[in-house]
Amino acid sequence: MSKWTRRAFITSGIVAGGGVVVGIAMRPGNQVKDLAAKLGDDGANLVHTYVKIDSDNTITAIIPHSEMGQGVHTALGQMLAEELDADWDQLKLEEAPAIGEYAMYAAGRRYLLTGIDFPKLVIPTVDGMMMRVADTLNMQITGGSMSVRTTGILAMRTAGAATRQLLQQAAAEAWDVPVEEIATEKSHLIHAASNRREPYASFAADVAGMTPSYTPTFKDPADYKIVGTHKPRRDIPAKVDGSLKFAMDVQLPNMLYATVVRSPVPGGSVVELDDSVARSVEGVVDVIVIPATTVSSMLGDTVSAETVAVVADSYWSASKGLKELKVQWSEVGFETVSSDGIFEQFNRDISASAERQTDHVQGEASSVFAGAAKVVDADYHVPFLAHTCMEPLNATADVRTDSAEIWVGCQNPLGFRRDIADSLGMDPEKVTLHNHSMGGGFGRKARPDWALQVAHLAREVGRPVQLIWSREEDVRQDFYRPAVQSRFRAAFDAQDNLLAWENTYTNKNEPIEAPLIPYAIPAQDIGYVSSPVHIPFGAWRSVDHSQHGFFTESFIDEVANAAGKDSFEFRAELLKDSPRHLAVLNKAAEEAQWSRPLPEGSGRGISLQESFGSLVAQVVEVAVVEGEVSVERVVAVIDPGLAVAPDGIAAQLESGIIYGLTAALHGEITIEKGAVVQSNFHDYKAVRMNEAPNIETHVINSGHDIGGAGEPGTPGIAPALMNAVFNATGTRVRQLPLSRFDLNYQVEETGAVG
Amino acid sequence: MSTSFWVNGVQQTVDVDPSKPLLWVIREQLGLTGTKFGCGISQCGACTVHIDGAATRSCVTPISDIEGKQVTTIEGLRSASGELHPLQQAWVDHQVPQCGYCQSGQLMSASALLSNNPNPTDADIDTAMQGNICRCGMYGRIRSAIKSVDSVGIASNTDETLFYNGAEVNHV
Repeated sequence: MSKWTRRAFITSGIVAGGGVVVGIAMRPGNQVKDLAAKLGDDGANLVHTYVKIDSDNTITAIIPHSEMGQGVHTALGQMLAEELDADWDQLKLEEAPAIGEYAMYAAGRRYLLTGIDFPKLVIPTVDGMMMRVADTLNMQITGGSMSVRTTGILAMRTAGAATRQLLQQAAAEAWDVPVEEIATEKSHLIHAASNRREPYASFAADVAGMTPSYTPTFKDPADYKIVGTHKPRRDIPAKVDGSLKFAMDVQLPNMLYATVVRSPVPGGSVVELDDSVARSVEGVVDVIVIPATTVSSMLGDTVSAETVAVVADSYWSASKGLKELKVQWSEVGFETVSSDGIFEQFNRDISASAERQTDHVQGEASSVFAGAAKVVDADYHVPFLAHTCMEPLNATADVRTDSAEIWVGCQNPLGFRRDIADSLGMDPEKVTLHNHSMGGGFGRKARPDWALQVAHLAREVGRPVQLIWSREEDVRQDFYRPAVQSRFRAAFDAQDNLLAWENTYTNKNEPIEAPLIPYAIPAQDIGYVSSPVHIPFGAWRSVDHSQHGFFTESFIDEVANAAGKDSFEFRAELLKDSPRHLAVLNKAAEEAQWSRPLPEGSGRGISLQESFGSLVAQVVEVAVVEGEVSVERVVAVIDPGLAVAPDGIAAQLESGIIYGLTAALHGEITIEKGAVVQSNFHDYKAVRMNEAPNIETHVINSGHDIGGAGEPGTPGIAPALMNAVFNATGTRVRQLPLSRFDLNYQVEETGAVG
Repeated sequence: MSTSFWVNGVQQTVDVDPSKPLLWVIREQLGLTGTKFGCGISQCGACTVHIDGAATRSCVTPISDIEGKQVTTIEGLRSASGELHPLQQAWVDHQVPQCGYCQSGQLMSASALLSNNPNPTDADIDTAMQGNICRCGMYGRIRSAIKSVDSVGIASNTDETLFYNGAEVNHV
């Protein structure tokens, strides 16, 4: 990628090499001067730029999101190219630099101002305000399955359509014909009556000085030629020959390598350090204690506890040195905490229900339960989970007196730049952050702790340093998907009609709607209690949906069973007034041949989960042989509104399902003596080829608002799987992972467990 | 200690700690960064290379063990004339990679499998590929891509002697 500077964007639309950048200018208008003043806005121009047209008519879409495997560059490029009528084969994709101009105003507008229908007159003002807010917050986050439905919808599409309109205007003026007569096709302007056809590049210089429309006219989706079609991902060729440079592949002259260790109990600091043996290891250059730091962001505080680093001439030497350190860590008060104790605490706190908060209440649940003919209750729980991205955390830094460069793969480049600058006491504009494609992100790489470590090390040793975490450090120093307990009750009348649903769980995070259910149950009372733990929280693929999908879609299955109804038909009955949900559920049942009999020992389970704006239904088939569960088949149906990149959606569904399947079958971080027990893939297992089911994916383009893709596949696999296990064995699995269960024992002894 | 071996047809001599794993020599000394670090204990397969044609986890292979051996990395998987290995092309055709970090190792395991077994069954694929974790979960696509490859084309393309052209490079 070429060098970017802030100045080039603000002062000129022209960039080196004969290219022209077409911007989306956003000026806070006079209408809301008082609001602008509150934001510290003096009315300065805010320039936001996504489109570059080169003299050879190559068009570059500049993508303000990070690539971690989800194919976001290609999908967002498709959205821009579609509205621009760009020639896809001549379109380049480039990740935006980590500078304020590429802060994510679109996400802010979508989420903070949702539901407000702005008059066209104030849209520039709103956009300008959101741009300033996003810049102030250093928001350049990729996560929440929101790139396509925020940046794609509000920024890329607008940029493409507005640029096309400018080009049409410029051609109309030059050719002296009405603008309505100018057509566009494959990066060319066409006037059929006079038989003219010119590349966009011919008019690029003319439009660079023009102000694009804030509210351009969009195409009718029926006319789409690029969106909704299969475009091979642009990043894939470099991922099959080893040529893609991940952050760890950066090699700088005079560079040293480092690796680190922190207190096994989160928050501990160094009491005593004996590094004499470590320093004697061949190749070890230094042993450095990195002080604790805390940074704040939208995700909450990121605490990076005191860390001991070994710096050496190779990773191997650093790693050998680290093993020779003798560190005594301080006690922080959690040294007797265990997973069992945490779940006992959850159980107590749910039972006490002191200061219970509610997510959703309808009807009079308590009186319904008092008069119910039958009540079913159950407690579910899930353990902590680590992310274990394939690429262990790493970053490279070169810190000089008054400037710094960082090479890292992260989900929030602008936020990382600010935090690194803060930790070095530098102006953020003195820090250049080179963001690389990530070897997995899943939420972990939105937290900057490791990047702050390497910045400190590079400054201390006065040479470029590449920090690589061991897998053990990665597993033990994560920000974890929380352990959660969830308690349910359901009330029936004498005819087995479901009357009430009650749910209390521990510790709410986001999205706020995760524990809600789509089913028409007259009385509902869904709420939570606070039950704090010392294990740091992290956003983990699908966040709260990852546990609540398992809880609610398992318990509704129990309820169906208690009512003597078929799992699919029971759900369908409760969704008869929710046609979009019903369509997804029906499609999954149909594709899976729900009513087709299965052999003895096999079972089938279903789930339905709405998350991140998309609906997903899954049907799982299992075979259980001598207590061993084999996942044979997964049928998954998604309604994302519109699949911008259909194969990308399919791939994300497959990926989300395997990620969730790993958690369902194996995933468990346990706590003993306050510390994480697991350390690597031998004791924190991942699904492998021999366990991976055949996954069939189906997409429904319902025409609703575009939903997310990266996360919605994950929540529904665990409940569909465990419902299938119940169907096969009669054992209800209420605690993940499945590997903790001895199905032989439970089937023989009890038939079902609580 | 000095160790000499061949990497993608080029003879290399390095003078490093004999316990240093091949992975780190390939990456740090030779600058071939396509081979990845994932776990360090032979559990994830991201570091897989061929040693004398056999898929091997380079993160637990001390450099002292490969004196005189032939090593092929992902950078050497193309044919001598620069054509993608049929599996690499199948990976593109089936849009296999997501993040891509594990794919060098996946491709090295898959190419070793097909060299020995041109028509693998599902069970053969399970056995050969279960040492390679893909946290993006692209197992179905990997399986389809392996099965799609014309096994006749593979046999000649994986003749690793093609790459051994006798060049010599020393690294200190």
